[in-house]
Amino acid sequence: MSAPTEQSIVAGGTEASPSGGARFAPRARTRAERRRRVRPTVLLSWIVIAVAVAWAIAPGVFAPADPVAGNAADALQAPGAAHWFGTDATGRDMYSRVVHGAIHSLSGALIAVSVGLVVGTVLGVVAGAVDGVVSEAIMRLVDVLLAIPQLLLMLSIIIILGFGTAQAAVAVGITSIAAFARLARSEVVRVRRSDYVEAAYASGGRRVAVLVRHVLPNSLTAVVALAALQFGTAILLISTLGFLGYGAPPPTPEWGLMIAEGRNYVATSWWLTTLPGLVVVAVVISANRISSALNDRDRR
Amino acid sequence: MTAYDSVLTVRDLSVAYTVGRNSLEVLRGVDLELGRGEVLAVVGESGSGKTTTAQAVTGLLAANGRVTGGTVHLGDTDITGWSDRRMRAVRGARIGWIPQDPVTSLNPVKRIGDTVAEALLIHRWKDAAARSRRVIDLLERVGIPEPARRARQFPHELSGGMRQRVLIAAAIALEPELLIADEATSALDVTVQRTILDLIDDLRRENGTSVLMITHDLAVAADRADRLLVLKDGRVREAGATDALLAAPSDDYTRRLLADAPSLGDVTVRTVPDAARTAPPVLEIAGLVKEFPVGRGEVFRAVDDVSLRIAPGTTHAIVGESGSGKTTTARIVLGFTAPDAGTVRLSGTDITGLGREEMRVQRRRVQMVYQNPFASLDPRQTVEQIVAEPLRNFRLGAAPARRARAAELVEQVALPSSVLGRRPSELSGGQRQRVAIARALVLDPELVVLDEAVSALDVTVQAQLLELLQRLQDERGVSYLFISHDLAVVRRISHEVSVMRRGRIVEQGPVSDVFDSPADAYTRSLLDAIPGRRPHGRATPTAPAERTTP
Repeated sequence: MSAPTEQSIVAGGTEASPSGGARFAPRARTRAERRRRVRPTVLLSWIVIAVAVAWAIAPGVFAPADPVAGNAADALQAPGAAHWFGTDATGRDMYSRVVHGAIHSLSGALIAVSVGLVVGTVLGVVAGAVDGVVSEAIMRLVDVLLAIPQLLLMLSIIIILGFGTAQAAVAVGITSIAAFARLARSEVVRVRRSDYVEAAYASGGRRVAVLVRHVLPNSLTAVVALAALQFGTAILLISTLGFLGYGAPPPTPEWGLMIAEGRNYVATSWWLTTLPGLVVVAVVISANRISSALNDRDRR
Repeated sequence: MTAYDSVLTVRDLSVAYTVGRNSLEVLRGVDLELGRGEVLAVVGESGSGKTTTAQAVTGLLAANGRVTGGTVHLGDTDITGWSDRRMRAVRGARIGWIPQDPVTSLNPVKRIGDTVAEALLIHRWKDAAARSRRVIDLLERVGIPEPARRARQFPHELSGGMRQRVLIAAAIALEPELLIADEATSALDVTVQRTILDLIDDLRRENGTSVLMITHDLAVAADRADRLLVLKDGRVREAGATDALLAAPSDDYTRRLLADAPSLGDVTVRTVPDAARTAPPVLEIAGLVKEFPVGRGEVFRAVDDVSLRIAPGTTHAIVGESGSGKTTTARIVLGFTAPDAGTVRLSGTDITGLGREEMRVQRRRVQMVYQNPFASLDPRQTVEQIVAEPLRNFRLGAAPARRARAAELVEQVALPSSVLGRRPSELSGGQRQRVAIARALVLDPELVVLDEAVSALDVTVQAQLLELLQRLQDERGVSYLFISHDLAVVRRISHEVSVMRRGRIVEQGPVSDVFDSPADAYTRSLLDAIPGRRPHGRATPTAPAERTTP
């Protein structure tokens, strides 16, 4: 009773001529169309991320003003033509600070995701690929990681590693290991049970070859999607740590730190917290949207 | 036809699905008429629009589907384009629906009795006490023993056949005038299938219910329907009284369907050549036993003292219902499961108890084709990579030589060379199964295990694949171990057959002996249950003889 999808309909149609390749044509066209049809929200998300990356790579091009040196005469000006995002208490241009801050947030998120992705995926794949004591040991370790509240775990790690953007990023990364490991393991276990993996063994495949050739390519799409999602979360967490004072020290234009600094003026100068906050929100939502788009594509 | 008491009349029905920005026409002007107490079977292959027809009649089209033309009359009521709200008054009360899959169609957290009572409750049928009495009556009517106890049980406590009975009880709760059975027995074993079809027949006779039967199985339709309607690409190819239509089909497509239906068409039974009979066997299984623990020290004997031999270049089939141990036997032959006792010899080499690497080397000689061609091919590989993979695993030849060999095999399974660069998702089910066969043959194995390899396919595709398998066997002298629940298919392809029941082989021998003079009672009951064997005496007494020569 499944709803007829284009596959089933076209498949039924092609079946009639098993030797003729000509009837593949309709199928090929729909695939090409699917690639061309980009959903607007996904496109917008990619644009937001692209702008943020461009800010990180060449901040001077987008915001020539100095993000650190301020002019006291211009203090606490509302957003306008001269200062798009306004100025803070020491007269620093907020737009310039946000642009120059991109590198801190993005590189931090990149480090965090890399740590989580690499360590978590390796643990998860190993736990999924082998049975017995090793798998059990890894998964119990992951359970322990999951049991500790995330913020508490991050703060503890920073206290051990020391303060700073890189340390905060590593701390965020370590807290995401468990999520990556669990997902990677469940995907590997799922794919391992599939007929085509057994068929690969049946045709004489060795374990490592089957793992590399069949299991990994088919199980890691979901992990990549989680990495995109985690990228957004990491920006948020790094900003949280910055806000709490565990991240980059002032006067670094880090997004979380900027929001924290603007907090004292929230009643009179809304732009100090709101605009950097909106930038964080835009980047995080974009990362989430891209993540779900990646997941959708995999389900097709 | 003026006095014709029509329960369901469909005129020029067209349905389209919106896929992306395209509109796909699935039904293009379907006409059908179903009289009181009549059984009309809508037959066709997957994608022909038969399920869509049933969905359009009940207003249960998928969200992207819509009726683009035509009318649907239920009795005298025009129900075309009725809203969901209005249709609700009709569904359950005037139209009963028996779904395809009894395993997923029952709510697992709801008791059987409550499921059956649901239709009564929705249509506010009397009070609670009357309803529960009615539920017990219904369960008893559909042949469920101890209905009062069963009503309190959950779906997982019932077998597949029992669950299908429960679904039928729910469908007939309000004595609808029309019963729609959408592949209602396709997922069941033949013997269970027969009892369910008998039940539907009885209900029809007793209550005068009309039945719209949607099926891909022409044999079932031939046995049970008064009239047939052959659907292809959303158009009616042929319609008429069953016996007349089967005896003299006027449409080419109907003729092909008839010829391809394994139990209806002509069959030349294959016999083992004398030379092969005296040659050393390719596979020799002796005294095979496999037990699985089922908690608290108890064991379930899945395979119980199974022995069989396969002569070179021949096909040996293992038939049996689900749970008979045939797949476990196949897995032991492939070395995926270790037996508890017994030996498996591949051309004289005992493969039981081999280590991982030793077993891997043996796999050059025995290959496998799986049931589901949608699951057995890696979706990320191209056909060329898939077919060449066994060569790669055994490091046979350099990359260009492997590619050439893959192309050769793809040609041998009658696929165009253009598929080499495609991925499985771009192929149809039959084409994928051809790819799986090419992969199994690329190493030139002595034995190929086919586990329900054609069961998931439409009859026409099935017939083509069976032909292909036979041709490849004749050309290459490969032996097949053919696992199937479908006796009609087994009769077409096999030289010898073993009938399994509860882990034991109850009968074994050449196909001609087992099928024509079965010695075992169970074999007989299996053979009797094959659809398409019932004589069609209602209209033309000579119909069965004519049926086999379409």
